[in-house]
This record gives sequence, C-alpha cells and structure tokens, in this order.
Amino acid sequence: MGSVTATVAPPTGAHVTPWFRTFGAIAAAGFRRHATYRQAAVAGLCTNTVFGFLRCYVFLAATGAAGTVAGYDRAQLATFVWAGQGLLAVIAIWGWTDLADRIRTGEVAADLLRPVHPVTSYLATDLGRAGFASLARLVPPLVVGPFFFAVYLPRHWATVPLFLLSALLAVVVCFGCRYLVNATAYWLQDVRGPMILWTLGSGVLAGLYFPLGFLPGPLEAVLRYATPFPSILQVPLDVLVEREPMSTGLTLIGVQAGWAVLLLALCRLVQRRAERRLVVQGG
Amino acid sequence: MSVIEMDGLRKEFTVRVKAGPLRREKRTVTAVDGVDLRVERGEMLGCIGPNGAGKSTTLKMLTGVLTPSAGRARVCGLRPVADRTRLALRIGVVFGQRSQLWWDLPLRDSFDLLRHVYRVRAGEHAARLARCRDLLDLDAFLDTPVRQLSLGQRMRGELTAALLHGPEVLFLDEPTIGLDVVSKQAVRGFLAELGRAGDTTLVLTTHDLADIERLCRRLVVIDHGRVVHDGSIAELHRRYGSRRMVVAELDAALPEPPVLPGAPVQRVEADGRRLVFALERASVAEVVAGLAGLTTLRDISIVEPDIEEVVARLYRAPAALMDAP
Repeated sequence: MGSVTATVAPPTGAHVTPWFRTFGAIAAAGFRRHATYRQAAVAGLCTNTVFGFLRCYVFLAATGAAGTVAGYDRAQLATFVWAGQGLLAVIAIWGWTDLADRIRTGEVAADLLRPVHPVTSYLATDLGRAGFASLARLVPPLVVGPFFFAVYLPRHWATVPLFLLSALLAVVVCFGCRYLVNATAYWLQDVRGPMILWTLGSGVLAGLYFPLGFLPGPLEAVLRYATPFPSILQVPLDVLVEREPMSTGLTLIGVQAGWAVLLLALCRLVQRRAERRLVVQGG
Repeated sequence: MSVIEMDGLRKEFTVRVKAGPLRREKRTVTAVDGVDLRVERGEMLGCIGPNGAGKSTTLKMLTGVLTPSAGRARVCGLRPVADRTRLALRIGVVFGQRSQLWWDLPLRDSFDLLRHVYRVRAGEHAARLARCRDLLDLDAFLDTPVRQLSLGQRMRGELTAALLHGPEVLFLDEPTIGLDVVSKQAVRGFLAELGRAGDTTLVLTTHDLADIERLCRRLVVIDHGRVVHDGSIAELHRRYGSRRMVVAELDAALPEPPVLPGAPVQRVEADGRRLVFALERASVAEVVAGLAGLTTLRDISIVEPDIEEVVARLYRAPAALMDAP
C-alpha cells in the first residue's frame, strides 16, 4: 500500500505554468463533459435556427423603406441576428444552474475540498463548455444565415480577431453574472426568484430582444458603460458588424475587460462571504 | 505533534422557525459543542453517533468546508479554513452520500483530471492508480461514465480519487452507506490494507459498527455535539456494562428459572428449555456447574457482547447521564 500513501511532499508554491496547466486541464474536461450531450446540442441548434428566422424577419421589418435602423443596415441586422443566435449558446446566457444546484444539494462541499478556488474551477469548466459550444452551436448559424439572407461581412482585417476576443470576454462577463446569480443560493437556497430576474434583465439589457441602439442614445450609453449586460452580447455583435469606428470598438472591448475583472473579483468576494456562513445541506 | 488537533471546537447554526402567520424567530442550534481531540499519525479513528450528533459537521470543520463558531482546529499543522487550499493537497475526503467525481466523465478521465488538479507527477499518479486498480478491482468500469456506475463501483472510484494525490490524512464520512455486503467487504478490506501500511491517518464516521470493529482500534462516540466516549471498543463495553451471555439448552424446562449468584437470567426461551444468563461476576464454569446440579444440559454456548446493543443503550441514555470521557 506504500505507493498509495503520501511519500512525496506535495507542491505548495504558486507557480504560473502549473496553474495554467491545471486551468487548461479543467477547461479540457469541461469541453469533454459537454461534448457528451450531442443530442442536446442538436436540439438547441434547431431551436436557435428557428428563432433566428423569426428574429431576423422582425428586425428586417423594423428597417422599413429607409433600409436602416439605429445605425444598422439590413445586412448588418442579419449578421447581428445570426451571429447572436450562435453566440447565445457560447455565452450560455440562460439555463446554467450548476452552482445553485450543488449548493442546494450540499454537493458544493466537494468543490471546496479541491486545491483550486471554486471561481477558478467553475470558470475553467465554463470556458471549456464555451469552446465546445463555439464549434457545435456558433458555427452552424453562421453558415445557415447567409443561405437565406444577405449578411454583412467584415471589411477590416482586425474585425474577426477582435470579435473573437470580444466573444471570449463576453463568456467571462456572462459567467461572472451567472455565478453571482447562482451564488444567491448560499443565502436563499431556492434561486428561482433571482433566476427569473436575470432571465428577464439579461434578455432585454444585453441586446438579445432588440439591439440596444433602438433605445434613446443616453440610455444606450448608460447601459453600455455602467452595466455589464451589453458586454455579454451586444458588444461582440457590434464589433462584428462594424457598427462603430474601430476606436469605439476597442474602447468597448476595454470596458468588457474591465467588467470581466470586476465581476470575477466580486465572485471571489461573494464566495468568501458565503463560505463563512455555509450550511452544507443534507448532512 | 498530533496530526489532528481540536480544542473546544464548536459549531452553531442559526435557523429561522415559524412563530406566527408572518413572524419567524431566529433560533441557535448547537451542532458541535466543544470537542477536544488529538489524533496521532497513522491512527485509525472511528467516529459514531446518532443522526444529527455532529460527526459530519466535525469532519467538515476539519476539512475546511465549514467555519467553526469557536475553538481551534489544526490538521497537518494547518488551519482548515484559512489554509483550505493548501490543506486540500494533504488530505483526502470521501463522502458516502456525495460524489467528488465528474458525473459526465468516465472514471479514467476523472482520475486524469485529478492528477492535474492536485499537480501530481505522472509517475506517482500512475503507480498509485495501478495499486488502487489492483486492490479495488477498477478495470472493469474504468471507462464507464460516473453517472452509469453502481453505488459500489462509484464508492471504489471515490476512494481511489481521494488517494491519488497521496494524502496524509483520509477522512471518510459514512463510506459504506448503502453498499451491498460484497462492496462493503471490498471497501473495508482496502481501508484495512491502507491502515496496515501505517503512514496514512484515517478518520471514519459511520453508522455501521462492523466498519469500526473491522478497522479501528480507537472509537469516539459523539452525541449532542459532544464526545461521550473516547477509547477502545473493549473500554466501551466495560464502561457501559456490556456482558457476555451464556445460552444454556436444557433437556426439560425447570419449574422456576434458577438463581445463580453473579449470573442473572436475562431471557427464558423455547418454553423454558433455553435460558440466557448474563455473566456479571460469575464465570462460565460456575454457571455450568450451577446448572448441572439442577438439570441435564443439552448444549452450552457463549455469546460475546454485542456492540450494537451497547451503542443503542448509549444513544438512548439522557445526555446528562453520559459523563465526559
């Protein structure tokens, strides 16, 4: 039994390379875990596609005879909708209750017993999930859309890499928001209330139900800079359709990065507070 | 230095209870009420107690999951809550009713992920995994997703997962709960083997006293959040008056149950042809001699004290009657 027991002092230092290796391994596991549910991916894809047609026709109708609305032309709106339909699954805006479920059942105790901070561990898993969703859920709508609608293709070479960066930040910002909503379970046990508020608020304020450009200018500006919601969906889509000049796009990505850092810090703070008063349900 | 130290460890929870149609009152529930314990390196400690006694809560405070309301705890010289991440590298934990494996991944992938999470060198990981595969017979289901494993298979996987990083202390919270006889034997055999090696400290909570009898020389009984017994199983029997029994099968029933000094009759069965005597001060030979003078004996058997009966008596006793160890 000697080989099973402690014979070598475990590493205790905070080294950057092993940290990334651990983070990468958890992310890869997140990818594999979600890749096992292929039928769910196909079902979600079908739903996204159907709603893609619906949303696209509604938005195109809003352009009227002028052919433009809120700074978008018809092609930009089509790209906004179809890329948005794909991005929805990548950011997993709705339906993520993993943490809340584990708090409710007491399984969260197992998360706390690992030598990785729960926020880091959940973030890595979420990035792995987003990686799988990028292949299975983002690419198909981007292919389907142009078959049926005239879409806008980026004109600047930097737009696509900036869109990918913005989408990555959107995943982190969305993760931060979802983590905080789920973490209310530490206090409430039942998160249905916060979840309903999140579902409604994120749909309206992130630019899913309609592009935020449809709102009055000052209100749009307040939402863009003072709340994290547009960073979840509207910003990456605006970057992709080049609605703003490049400099504004870069500023918005900077705002996204700021929200990502702030929200992750907030998640760690909330997690620390929650652990002090944690009750492990079910003995 | 003891590998586990607890001084006046206490945990209180605040619960809200209904006190009217709209009113709720706060009430404080003491789950652990000042536990003092020392566990030495390589020791195998068994922890029993009725439901809600505070065993699991104590374990969760020692592993850093729950923050104590008062008192001091040290595990491997570390503060469980403040140093939780560092401590996690040096302890292993198995919860019988919870899983630390990834539901969607095959067992093999879960183990591989744990290697990265605990930053274990590939060689050490492979050696430990090979040993566990051998002892716990994992090969048949190593590529099965955890969600498809039976409880017994999953528990073997949990034990392996808790040991792959070579912990100094292994905490086991009801590891045999719900397992069939064969799986229980496999788990107990594995833990006994681990205990024999002597370099891993084991702390085990259970409701199955056979686990304790098979594995632990030291037994701690917790009730109402306090340690009411700390010692060997034999000491528990002595302290709570466990007695050996002599079962005498007679050829014919006696008109009256016999009165033997130091061995009162406990039960009369089979229409008076079977008598059960409790050995208090008398020896087996004295009981046999006493009976032989009264009737013809067909058979005699000796029943060792039953730990379950002792523990049941202990649980039923009012808290005030249980003096501290």
